[in-house]
Amino acid sequence: MPLSLSDPNWYPIASSEDLPFRHVYQGQLLGRELAVWRADDGNVNVWENRCLHRGVRLSIGINEGQELKCQYHGWRYANQSAGCTYIPAHPADAPARRIENRKYPIREAFGLIWSAANDDQAYAPFPGSDGHDWFALRPMPVNATPEDVVAGLARLAPDDEPADLLPALVVRVGGVTWFVQPVDAGRAVIRGLLPEKPADELATLRHYNELLTKLRDRLERAAARKPAPEPLQPVFEKVSADLSTMPDIAVPRGNTLTVVVKRKWQSADGVIGFELADRDGKHLPTFQPGAHIDVHLPNGLVRQYSLTNGPGDLSRYVIGVKAESASKGGSKVLVETVREGDLLQISEPRNNFPLRRDATRTVLIAGGIGITPLLSMARFLDKSSLPYELHYFTRNDESAAFSSELGVLHGHVERHAGLARDAIRAKVAAVMGPYQFANHVYICGPGAMLEMVQQVAADLGWPDEAVHFEYFQNDKVIDSSSAFDVELARSAMTLHVPAGKTILETMREAGLTVPSSCEQGACGTCLTTVMEGEVDHQDVYLNKTEKASNTCMMTCVSRAKSDRLVLDI
Amino acid sequence: MPQAPDPITRNLWHVVAATDELPIGLVETTLLLDTRLALTRGSDGEPVVWLRTDEENGDEIDADSVLERLPVRTAYGYTWTCLGTPDAELFPIPEFAEPDRVNMSCGSIGIHVSAPRAVENFLDMGHFPYVHTDILGSEPHTEVKEYDVEVSEERDEVLATKCRFIQPMAAKSAVGAMEVEYVYRVPHPFCSVLYKSCPEDETRRDVIGIFLQPMTEERCRAHLLQSMIDSTSTITDLRRFQQTIFGQDKPILENQYPKKLPLDPRSETPIRADKSAIAYRRWLSQKGITYGVIPQAS
Repeated sequence: MPLSLSDPNWYPIASSEDLPFRHVYQGQLLGRELAVWRADDGNVNVWENRCLHRGVRLSIGINEGQELKCQYHGWRYANQSAGCTYIPAHPADAPARRIENRKYPIREAFGLIWSAANDDQAYAPFPGSDGHDWFALRPMPVNATPEDVVAGLARLAPDDEPADLLPALVVRVGGVTWFVQPVDAGRAVIRGLLPEKPADELATLRHYNELLTKLRDRLERAAARKPAPEPLQPVFEKVSADLSTMPDIAVPRGNTLTVVVKRKWQSADGVIGFELADRDGKHLPTFQPGAHIDVHLPNGLVRQYSLTNGPGDLSRYVIGVKAESASKGGSKVLVETVREGDLLQISEPRNNFPLRRDATRTVLIAGGIGITPLLSMARFLDKSSLPYELHYFTRNDESAAFSSELGVLHGHVERHAGLARDAIRAKVAAVMGPYQFANHVYICGPGAMLEMVQQVAADLGWPDEAVHFEYFQNDKVIDSSSAFDVELARSAMTLHVPAGKTILETMREAGLTVPSSCEQGACGTCLTTVMEGEVDHQDVYLNKTEKASNTCMMTCVSRAKSDRLVLDI
Repeated sequence: MPQAPDPITRNLWHVVAATDELPIGLVETTLLLDTRLALTRGSDGEPVVWLRTDEENGDEIDADSVLERLPVRTAYGYTWTCLGTPDAELFPIPEFAEPDRVNMSCGSIGIHVSAPRAVENFLDMGHFPYVHTDILGSEPHTEVKEYDVEVSEERDEVLATKCRFIQPMAAKSAVGAMEVEYVYRVPHPFCSVLYKSCPEDETRRDVIGIFLQPMTEERCRAHLLQSMIDSTSTITDLRRFQQTIFGQDKPILENQYPKKLPLDPRSETPIRADKSAIAYRRWLSQKGITYGVIPQAS
């Protein structure tokens, strides 16, 4: 039977021993090259052996522990999702588009790594695998068709005890179960399992090695006499159309997903930690350091929380929530009513606070609950051995959250508890020092602290583009003095928006149902595609590049600079 | 069976050897567009190129005895030939004729990748910190700033200007990292010319050319030209520098798949830094080049 590119069977593609610490193993199955690597958390990844950017093999890339880095341009791909988290040529941008490498199913069992060409068939252990402590033999590559290799293995059996031929190129001869990995039309790897660990491992390995070497020589001599089979011709899947059009910026209206609250705990005085995971144990979408998610609360509100996770950590998202009494029903609902086991709707991660990894010095300044995105950043920098300092200001020792997570970082982490306002300012100034080329500072904390650090940075000569922060609230005064027309393309309707009234309000008055939440340009719920006209952005949701693209807007606060806007509503 | 090259490719002038390195009276063999060629130089120093039959590398030959010859042109220190009907002119590099420049061929390196992939690599700045570490770039300075790209209708070439990159060792005289400015030209489907700020004279620019000899659709030889304003470095130094650079590119290019350059925009994932590569791919597509590329399905 000829090999098929769409063969749904699972085959062993490597030994567990082929994946030592921080190694990338090059494998092949059914004509497709694979990059196989184990992350520091133990997870094994099986990806198409090709960076999506310029087609360079990922097997020559660098295993950074939780991310794989391409040798050619340093693009980084996350453990589990294979999503791109960083493009060094554009260090200030979050890779907004979903660049994700092709990956294959994976299972580690019996000392072997198993994979399949597609997800059509769920993994099932081979028949009779139960109840044994399997021992993997050394693999033997053979330049012959997988079919001939199976036949050759079957001929190893004595006449009175014929071999057992099982589906998916498995042959049982005596006590040994042989698996034939179909590498390509003319190449296979024999992988054998013994049901128990032998008394003398080395002698046993040597015995089977000799047996297989002789078999290989016979098979290759026979193969040389036949015409070589045509190699399989796998196709590289095309990337999506939006990835192929280069500079256009499209702001995806993120899908929501349902997660379960796995764990809820008091991380510090006044800070509650939440661990959110997929209901079926699948990994969550790729995120970048500084990213946040929208959490849809039981009372209908939407609130943003930064992820604290480190690189390639997609089994769960961990957020920190401030349990403040003054909270207007947002965080309060989470803290008081949501329990472990509850389901929540969250958005895919979004990043308005991207971390550049091209700094010679990175200073992270956190105030209170503002530690959350900076913890994530510190973890990414830590894993890549990039220099950083993290300064964490809290009211007192008891209110310092994520202590154990901060404790395992290798960089310079300093806690400052109970300092008065002036002392904080002096400390920040001392920490930052005069601006030097390729230095960057990231601040997250209360509004007053943000302003203070910006002021200190300006006094010390730091340029704007070296000072990074993120707003979760829109404190700007909204200028609603303009008047203009909006044409709603899909609703075939033109409305006049007078001064003093928002686009959102005008649309509602005209009987349209439009989703919204914070209505202050911070949450992103009312994001709308702009087809024509020039937008007067007044929100804090879109980043600079997105605003400049003039392709989308928040209808709750933003208005028009032109007389007319055409919206995709 | 290799496919016949498209007529545009067939009628181009192609580089085949550094003229000075062609032995007088001895045969040298090479491959161009899947066609076996033999080359030599006559006693007058002029190169002669013909379709190879049973000649072997190193055979003695009298160039005058070769009657069926391919068209030949010498330019920029190299020998060029054509398997079809050549254009009258080869693209211009006016700087080459300036009297005070050191012009040199810096060797020829075989690469198991298509010629257009090698051109694209030459246009690319994003790989400097990762492939040419501590020479043309170094982490953490990885940013490719916005630059301009145009396809000049009049000269029929791709032109990228205002390309800037921070380089740790842009020149021997450089102390610490400095930002260098590049201009790239692609005046020929398989050739590119780079202009780089010159450390010795602010008003002038060093010129580096890369001429690719497409041997097969998936193999090429890179021939390098340097035309420098440099009164101190020796030719050996300058050659060694360029050979180091290409020695670093070679293993990366040979791990690129597919080996032919895909022209369908959806086959790979470009970013803003790849503007010049995108323009180059479109230009090849519009010209109707099919050799060494995977044409866009129509």
